[in-house]
Amino acid sequence: MNEFIFFFNSVIISGAVIGSIYAIGAIGVTLVFGILRFAHFAHADMMTLGAFLVLILTALFPAVGPAIGLPTAFVMMPVAMVATAFIAVGIDKMFYKKLRENNVKPVVMVMASVGVTLMLQGLIRFFAGTGTQSLYIDDRKAIFRIDLPFESASRNLVITEPQILLFVFLAFAVVSLHLFLNKSRLGKAMRAMSDNPDLAKVSGINTNTVVGVTWIIAGALACAAGTLLSLDVTLKPDLSFMILLPIFAAAIVGGVGHPYGALAGGFVVGMTETLAVFNWTFVLRPLEKAIPALDLPNTLAFVPTEYKITIPFFILLAILIWRPTGLFKGKII
Amino acid sequence: MALIECKNVHAGYGGMNILNGVNMAIESSEIGVIVGPNGAGKSTTLKAIFGLLTVSEGSIELRGDDISNLAPDKLVHKGMGFVPQEHNVFVSMTVEENLEMGAFIRRDDFSYMLERVYSFFPDLKDKRRQPAGELSGGQRQMVAMGRALMVEPSLLLLDEPTAGLSPLYMNEIFERVIAINESGVGVLMVEQNAKQALRIAHKGFVLAAGKNRFTDTGQNLLNDPEVAKSFLGG
Amino acid sequence: MQLPKKDIILFSLLAALILIVFASQGSAYSVRVLAEASCYAILALGLSIQWGYAGLFNAGIMGFVALGGFITMLFSFPTNDDFWNTDLPGQLGGVGLKAILSVAIVYGLTQLKRLGVSKKIRLPVIIIASAILYLWVVTSLGPVAEAIESEAGFIGGLGLPVWVGWLVGGAIAGGIAYFIGHICLGLRSDYLAIATLGIAEIIKAFLKNADWLTRGTLTVSPLPWPVPQAGEIGFVAARASYLSLTAVLIAVIYFLLYRAYNAPWGRTMRAIRDNENSSAAMGKDINRRRLEVFILGSVLMGIGGAALVTFNGIFDPSGFLPLNHTFLVWVMVILGGAGNNKGTIFGAVFIYIIWTMSEPAALFMIDVARTLGDAWFGWQAPGDLDSRALQARVFVIGLIISLVLRYAPKGLFPEKVAHHA
Repeated sequence: MNEFIFFFNSVIISGAVIGSIYAIGAIGVTLVFGILRFAHFAHADMMTLGAFLVLILTALFPAVGPAIGLPTAFVMMPVAMVATAFIAVGIDKMFYKKLRENNVKPVVMVMASVGVTLMLQGLIRFFAGTGTQSLYIDDRKAIFRIDLPFESASRNLVITEPQILLFVFLAFAVVSLHLFLNKSRLGKAMRAMSDNPDLAKVSGINTNTVVGVTWIIAGALACAAGTLLSLDVTLKPDLSFMILLPIFAAAIVGGVGHPYGALAGGFVVGMTETLAVFNWTFVLRPLEKAIPALDLPNTLAFVPTEYKITIPFFILLAILIWRPTGLFKGKII
Repeated sequence: MALIECKNVHAGYGGMNILNGVNMAIESSEIGVIVGPNGAGKSTTLKAIFGLLTVSEGSIELRGDDISNLAPDKLVHKGMGFVPQEHNVFVSMTVEENLEMGAFIRRDDFSYMLERVYSFFPDLKDKRRQPAGELSGGQRQMVAMGRALMVEPSLLLLDEPTAGLSPLYMNEIFERVIAINESGVGVLMVEQNAKQALRIAHKGFVLAAGKNRFTDTGQNLLNDPEVAKSFLGG
Repeated sequence: MQLPKKDIILFSLLAALILIVFASQGSAYSVRVLAEASCYAILALGLSIQWGYAGLFNAGIMGFVALGGFITMLFSFPTNDDFWNTDLPGQLGGVGLKAILSVAIVYGLTQLKRLGVSKKIRLPVIIIASAILYLWVVTSLGPVAEAIESEAGFIGGLGLPVWVGWLVGGAIAGGIAYFIGHICLGLRSDYLAIATLGIAEIIKAFLKNADWLTRGTLTVSPLPWPVPQAGEIGFVAARASYLSLTAVLIAVIYFLLYRAYNAPWGRTMRAIRDNENSSAAMGKDINRRRLEVFILGSVLMGIGGAALVTFNGIFDPSGFLPLNHTFLVWVMVILGGAGNNKGTIFGAVFIYIIWTMSEPAALFMIDVARTLGDAWFGWQAPGDLDSRALQARVFVIGLIISLVLRYAPKGLFPEKVAHHA
């Protein structure tokens, strides 16, 4: 039983946590992919930027959270999401719009987004320093240990407050996005433009508006993903390149341009990562008692933790080889 | 004043002209049909009218207003609908959502227009919740035309609406075009099935090498032995 | 080939810049900068043909550099007797045999279809067998690797001439490029960018953590040089002879590229670049050509990386940074003019000098700001301001990329592209 709880804590919960973060990031990437047709390399730095905006707001108003009973950073997140959304729209106006109007190839847009990512990194490092920061300034991370009503279970289920907030936010974001894309006029226009941009144009859909809405959603979600990740662990300015690959992998696994696919892809990548670095010896110990011949090494993991970064890459390669359109049949390959 | 009039239009892609002086005019009560050999500039003419490529010389007038080189979304606001030949439906969206996208620029209640489109194309009503990508070619064409009608255009541009359809569907599409025209919408269409199309045309334009070769009523063109010999396959 | 006026002016400016560096920084330092710039020029040529000839987005130059550096270290570093005189090589060989055996078994299982085993059974069997065999090999490598690390440090090099390492480094970089390109080149162009970004991180993670092979964070130095080193003939002479070696290498690469460019292969390449659709219609195998260009460019990156690491004299797996080793090269290429080899070399030397000089410049400016801020406003600067300023130079790189794409998308030396309607 204890083995099972250990497995639940370190695989199911951790996997779901990181999977949710990847999912929130990947939904933004996949929307940009679908509407603007390029891989937005600056997405991870928009996440960091959003988290830093939250950090600044938290430092300015540290007493707000305790008054409400939630982490201050989480309370500040919506404000920062709005700000990041506007910054995303501004970045588009300054750096992508002209290129788009000149009908450059998608790879040139990718290059431009690399330029943006480098500029964001420079600014973040200059103004916020290069060290690790915590989003908890005047409050502490609440940790819940849940006793299980089994005799054989001496371990507790462990879940932290930011993890619960993350799941709540993810559910809220997915439901709102679903309603927006399927019920609202602009949401449908977004789907139309992702489906067939030329036809959207001749139908009279204002493509500039749709692009703007896309950036607003992508920016807001990037800020949320960055903040929730930083709440769960810590905030580092060089998190971006590490998180970019899993997010792209999640978007491609799910099928590019497909928000629900990105959601699923995020969980696939997150769970696989956690399973791959999980030390199976602990769970298999009871077997060793039953079968004395079995000599388990101290660590029996598929991938050593320091090679965690390789996992999204291999998932990505596997999906590109066997099903390049992704699990949910993305439209553009 | 004609509904749409092209005066000596020169147009093309990136400095290379494909149209070298196209002239045509139709009224709102009329169906105009553009025919001609491959590469004559038939579809290019429609695209030039709908602002999808650059007009370098001449002018295009909608009820006397110069609309040359206006962006497509502006033209939709001015009451024009365009149905491209290929990829003319949003495959991942339902039939009704396709029609709603056609009405994107309308902020009023357009549900009566949905009903009117369904009365033009009764097949679509049953399939309104089905993704357009799952429909047959003829039904997709109907969705595409319905989408363009949602803004109640005064002029409908159709690029080869019957391409790739069986003769049965072809006749049905032509019947619908006549019905749409009788409801007060001017129609300008490009057709490969020249004979059948000229039969329903009030005006016919035979293009060759980016210019008008013959311009007359549909009936006269059909009866003209020279047109028949060179363009209608004898 | 006539030199247009603009080219003469630009190259004169570059020469003037080099003279300023010599005058202000002394010749030992300046020759070092030039030698490093020449290594970067090889990298940039590799990227220039990938991006300029075939529009391939390689975001993982760092990986190829690291690989080239590692291979040259492995081949040219003196042999480690602590390792070879024990039974460790035998144990390592045993692990190697297990790995080969496992691959053979898995390959054998894939051939089960000949015996009429259905796919439904085959696939799970192959997956489970691969997982078990993989764990078997990895767990048997673990203790051997630990033993090597504790008893011998690392396996050391092979003691072969440096140029062997450079060539093999290039070849292996090409092999990796084949693997990646084979998977990605038929797909969207962005996927190659994502995949190369990934492979670079993986190569770096591997080199950083496989201590038995690379000493990891302990780093390996001094690496042998293909020319006499500073200890024998002094800094300036040693660096100058290294520079002349890389200059000859660049000249050879330039000449070969020039020949290839004007040969049928180059004409096909340009036809594809200028008009992909019509080339495909003419029956040209676009992906095959692209794969060739991708491999060729990556081979050059492997060699350039080997030359760079050899020059630095130290193999430090954590010293490979996406910023320095990927995006700096990108700026060199797009500023110089992608696909234009002359422009690429210009861009490499120019940007590298600017990049090196921006370090003291940034520190100087921060110092001035700190002094003035303190004097005028009593501003207490954060302690890590220097490192912040250095890391913030990323911003300039990003800004240059954005400006070039926006205002001079073809770079300073535009490559002429034929326009077909």
